[in-house]
Amino acid sequence: MTISIDRQNENNKSLQPNGWLRYFSFSLDHKVIGIQYLVCGFLFYLIGGTLASAIRIELASPMSDFLPRDVYNQFLTLHGTIMIFLWIVPVVNGAFGNYLIPFYVGARDMAFPRLNAVAFWLIPPSGLMLIASYFVEGAAQSGWTAYPPLSITTPQSGQIIWIISVLLLGGSSIFGGINFIATIIKLRRPGLKLMQLPMYCWAMLGTSLLVVLSTPVLAGTLILLSFDIVAHTGFFNPVLGGNVVVYQHLFWFYSHPAVYIMVLPAFGLVSEILPVHSRKPLFGYTTMVFSIMGIVVLGLVVWAHHMFTSGTPPWMRLFFTIATSFIAVPTGIKFFNWVATLWGGKISVNSAMLFSCGFIINFVFGGITGVALAQVPFDIHVHDTYFVVAHFHYIVYGGTVFIIFSSIYHWFPKVTGKMLGEKLGILHFAITFIGFNLCFAPQHWLGLNGMPRRVAEYDPQFEFVNQISSIGALLMAISTIPFLVNIFLSVRNGKDSGDNPWNALTPEWLTSSPPPVENWEGDAPLVEEPYGYGDPFFDENKKI
Amino acid sequence: MTTLDSSKEIQKNKSEVGEHHEDFRMFGLVTFLIADGMTFAGFFAAYLTYKAVNPLPEGAIYELELPIPTLNTILLLVSSATFHKAGKALLKDKNSDSQRWLILTAFLGIIFLICQLFEYFHLPFGLTDNLFASTFYALTGFHGLHVTLGTLMILIISWQTRLNKGRITSKNMFPLEAVELYWHFVDGIWVILFIILYLL
Repeated sequence: MTISIDRQNENNKSLQPNGWLRYFSFSLDHKVIGIQYLVCGFLFYLIGGTLASAIRIELASPMSDFLPRDVYNQFLTLHGTIMIFLWIVPVVNGAFGNYLIPFYVGARDMAFPRLNAVAFWLIPPSGLMLIASYFVEGAAQSGWTAYPPLSITTPQSGQIIWIISVLLLGGSSIFGGINFIATIIKLRRPGLKLMQLPMYCWAMLGTSLLVVLSTPVLAGTLILLSFDIVAHTGFFNPVLGGNVVVYQHLFWFYSHPAVYIMVLPAFGLVSEILPVHSRKPLFGYTTMVFSIMGIVVLGLVVWAHHMFTSGTPPWMRLFFTIATSFIAVPTGIKFFNWVATLWGGKISVNSAMLFSCGFIINFVFGGITGVALAQVPFDIHVHDTYFVVAHFHYIVYGGTVFIIFSSIYHWFPKVTGKMLGEKLGILHFAITFIGFNLCFAPQHWLGLNGMPRRVAEYDPQFEFVNQISSIGALLMAISTIPFLVNIFLSVRNGKDSGDNPWNALTPEWLTSSPPPVENWEGDAPLVEEPYGYGDPFFDENKKI
Repeated sequence: MTTLDSSKEIQKNKSEVGEHHEDFRMFGLVTFLIADGMTFAGFFAAYLTYKAVNPLPEGAIYELELPIPTLNTILLLVSSATFHKAGKALLKDKNSDSQRWLILTAFLGIIFLICQLFEYFHLPFGLTDNLFASTFYALTGFHGLHVTLGTLMILIISWQTRLNKGRITSKNMFPLEAVELYWHFVDGIWVILFIILYLL
């Protein structure tokens, strides 16, 4: 290992980081691939957000007047699929994982750079294909869950294109997962122990285990579904003797862990950001590691809580209720660890920190409704209502997307060597936070009062609350503007950040910003205490 | 142009580094095979659930003949052994022996596929006849796809083990070891498949 690093270093001494063209190339550099994931994902986020805005405009009035009903269904399906498979999963895993993990393990690249580039380049074509299906014969209409028999009876071409692109995206995700596991386990710098890794490595290890264990099951399921659609087999078609509940079991065996695939990396990222900006060590490192792994194990055995109304037998309801409630324990440990990390710290109020704190608030709310939904009597009452929509968005938007923004503010200086503007950042946070809560908090009430999800029309009594929710959605759409302006201004003439603007101790800051092509001049540093803030022997004012 | 040149050079250097770590290529392969195994696990779970809760309609034909699949099981198990022999021979630098064993393995794989097709053509049911038939073809077909890929890979590496000119030698065993592991994996899946599909 040492030999190869030295040799490689000599070879690259003369190389300069090259221009923006590399972001359009089949680059094998993990930093380039990370940025490719991020920018590509963000473009899809804008498309998915536009669809969400269209949905909220439609829902501002009880009758179906803005969109035709089938277009509403297509937008709904595309919104869900794009946001999950093309924005959150690629960004929170692919973008930050590729950028940060090699730094954290003290490597010069991922374990399999070529596989890494393949994994990224699967994403743009499958995303474009998915969106293009709308313009051919209409996109899929059966929601991101594609439950049969709905997915078998709705127009075929869109559904098949949906299946193909989800299969490709799943493949990309599996390749990424294999790469992360190999990098974290096998490519660690000599002398670096597992329990010294920054928390994001653990989060990505857990996430990648989930990806590798559960995504293939979704792939197999979708292959069977495509047989049902194209070859008229009867796997999931009751008319032909099939069983729809089998589809639901197989689908949720992936799609429940998928929620952890979306949120565990965010747990890791927030555990990196909070200690830096509150100048305190991460509270309870070991418990954090064990709770991540606990979530991985439990996350694989709770899927049927999505199916309490699918005729599941009582013993199954009991088991999955208990298992799901247990997940609250490791999650609660993490929540208290974050709060304890902040407690008594020297907190700097900046955009990264604000988004992280926003995450904690939203996430605890989404977590509480999650525990409520795990209880069978309550779940049966609110199943398939806006309560579920609200819960899900509190986890995935209020949780993960807040952390994505927080991470962008935190690591922007690392990537570009420029600071992001704080005023616009705080404005961005304020509009996002208010808009988000205005949009989704009322939906709890809607759900409890029985408004079903996924339907373009609703009872007029819900109109006022829906309008509030739509105003929130409008604010969320507007919140993107200060963010984009901020990025644009900062890239053009932002303040130089220096190598380590936050005085952080994690390994990625111990090199220049932006980093050299081979990550370090010389050998990778051995960081035994990535969270050693507040140590009397560590001089915070001394630049490393 | 300099940007493209230098990025090419980086890529070259990075791939050179990859050559030093044979161990984690194997690690990556094992991870991939676990993922692949999960796909089969999903299929098996679906099949067993159908068997438990979805009774077939009256008069549905689902009896399977045992001789061909039993022969197929033996073929694959023997091919695993011959592949193992190929690896041992290569380790002793007997490249032509190794190549012979590999060709024998590929030959067994091809016979397996021919038997499988023969069985397909002589079964009394088609893909869409009933749930059992659909599951049967999906499972064996997906496995057959794996055998086809494996056979192709064995043919490629047997070409690459040829004496003196080949790139697979006792010093560069990885391609052979990787395909061997994959082949054992496919055999293992077949044994499970044989048990739950034909014997249960």
